[in-house]
Amino acid sequence: MVEFKMPSLGADMKAGTLIEWRVGEGDYVEKGDVIAEVETEKGAIEIEVFEEGQVTKLISKPGESLPVGTVMAVIGSGVDSEAEAISKRDRETVVAADGVKTEHKGNGYKTAETEDIPKRRVRSSPLARRLAEEYGIDISEVQGSGPNQAVQKADVERVYRERMKEREEAKKEADKDREEEKYAEKAAPAGQQVDEKKDSMRHAIAAAMSRSNREIPHYYLQKQINFERAQQWLIEENKRRSVQDRLLQPVLLVKAVAQALTDVPALNGFWINDRYQPGESIHIGFAISLRTGGLVIPAIHDADLKSIDEIMQSMKDLSDRARTGKLRSSELTDATITITNLGDRGVDLVHGVIYPPQLALVGFGRVEERPWAENGMLGIKPILTTTLAADHRATDGRQGAQFLEKLNQYLQEVELL
Amino acid sequence: MNESEIRQVVVGIFSKIAPEIDYDEIDAEEDLRDEIDIDSMDFLNFIVALNEKIGIDIPEKDYGKLVSLNDILEYVKANAPAKPV
Repeated sequence: MVEFKMPSLGADMKAGTLIEWRVGEGDYVEKGDVIAEVETEKGAIEIEVFEEGQVTKLISKPGESLPVGTVMAVIGSGVDSEAEAISKRDRETVVAADGVKTEHKGNGYKTAETEDIPKRRVRSSPLARRLAEEYGIDISEVQGSGPNQAVQKADVERVYRERMKEREEAKKEADKDREEEKYAEKAAPAGQQVDEKKDSMRHAIAAAMSRSNREIPHYYLQKQINFERAQQWLIEENKRRSVQDRLLQPVLLVKAVAQALTDVPALNGFWINDRYQPGESIHIGFAISLRTGGLVIPAIHDADLKSIDEIMQSMKDLSDRARTGKLRSSELTDATITITNLGDRGVDLVHGVIYPPQLALVGFGRVEERPWAENGMLGIKPILTTTLAADHRATDGRQGAQFLEKLNQYLQEVELL
Repeated sequence: MNESEIRQVVVGIFSKIAPEIDYDEIDAEEDLRDEIDIDSMDFLNFIVALNEKIGIDIPEKDYGKLVSLNDILEYVKANAPAKPV
């Protein structure tokens, strides 16, 4: 049996509002199924489940705002045993080690998931019984430590202390939230939903970028890439294609970055708990600005394994869903590097800010005709200025330089991508 | 298709991409990408939708002719197939 919790969709997320359940109690779910839709600063997100089993209980109600880590539902695995439940829960706690606090109420008293089980007969000392009554604690929920698991005074007191502590933490959390709401109200005129949402997204971006600037010692490298061959290839390719199948330039950039990362994997992954954690796959976060302000960075999964056409499909799909607010939770959490392409907006080059806990951000400016000397000849070529912002704790300039050179090589032979 | 029908289709597509814009208010002679703030993905979506709606197949080399809203309306008028598909 596992608890399904409000996931953290980035270091900057504090809470989400349940819009609707996509499953009912009794339904079977598999890994990757969408279980709920949740409203966040990043828009409406489809939340996937990472276990399989039967949904035994839906705890949260649509409309509720739930802090990250709140138990929203209980999912039972067909062959349920207490030992399995505990080992699964432990595993979950480890997985969530990226700064997301998960509560593990292993001992002391039972959690909501066992509410439906009839109350057991309890052995207890009279003093413990009286104390429990005084504290308003159901004695059947207390695990006894005396002979024959009899509940003793100390057991009741332990549960009482735990509950008080929890209550205090919940209060602190609530106070903090109220503080933040006040801040948000001050910053934006009340009553305008769009403004509020925009403001909370601004707030979330501010938190992530401040953390990046505070914690990550960035180093920057830049390289001018002759884009003539890539551009020619794209023009020829699109001439042959129907309108529906045409490719956009960023597709080549995403693919070339993914390929270059297979050669220089040191830039692909995370910096967590003071150490480098390599990304298991290459998931490229692609920054998409929203018309209402702010941006989202959904991931193009396994970009090194996808063909150019598959990447184009992913980008179209992500860009559509980013704007209509139907991204999936995994897409917002597992990017191993970020690309930002501001060429469309006319800038020459980008000095990026890394999205923590990632290790690097690749920036692209616009392709522009420039004088270009090659083999002793001066000509005019379309030039793309590419930049790399990387975490100096994890890599050094040498790896950064290798990466940009590999990227250049792949863009010189896009037909092989 | 007459001019007003073309305008209705073109503005209809852009209204889906950039819904908050009042298309009677924008400067129809200025660069539309700046006027309504769209990127290359939005523009490609427009070209695809236009193809689906009226069957016009705009080659990439002609994108350069489609700068302002008026450019687009004129281009479609001159190149639209006789009958809508």
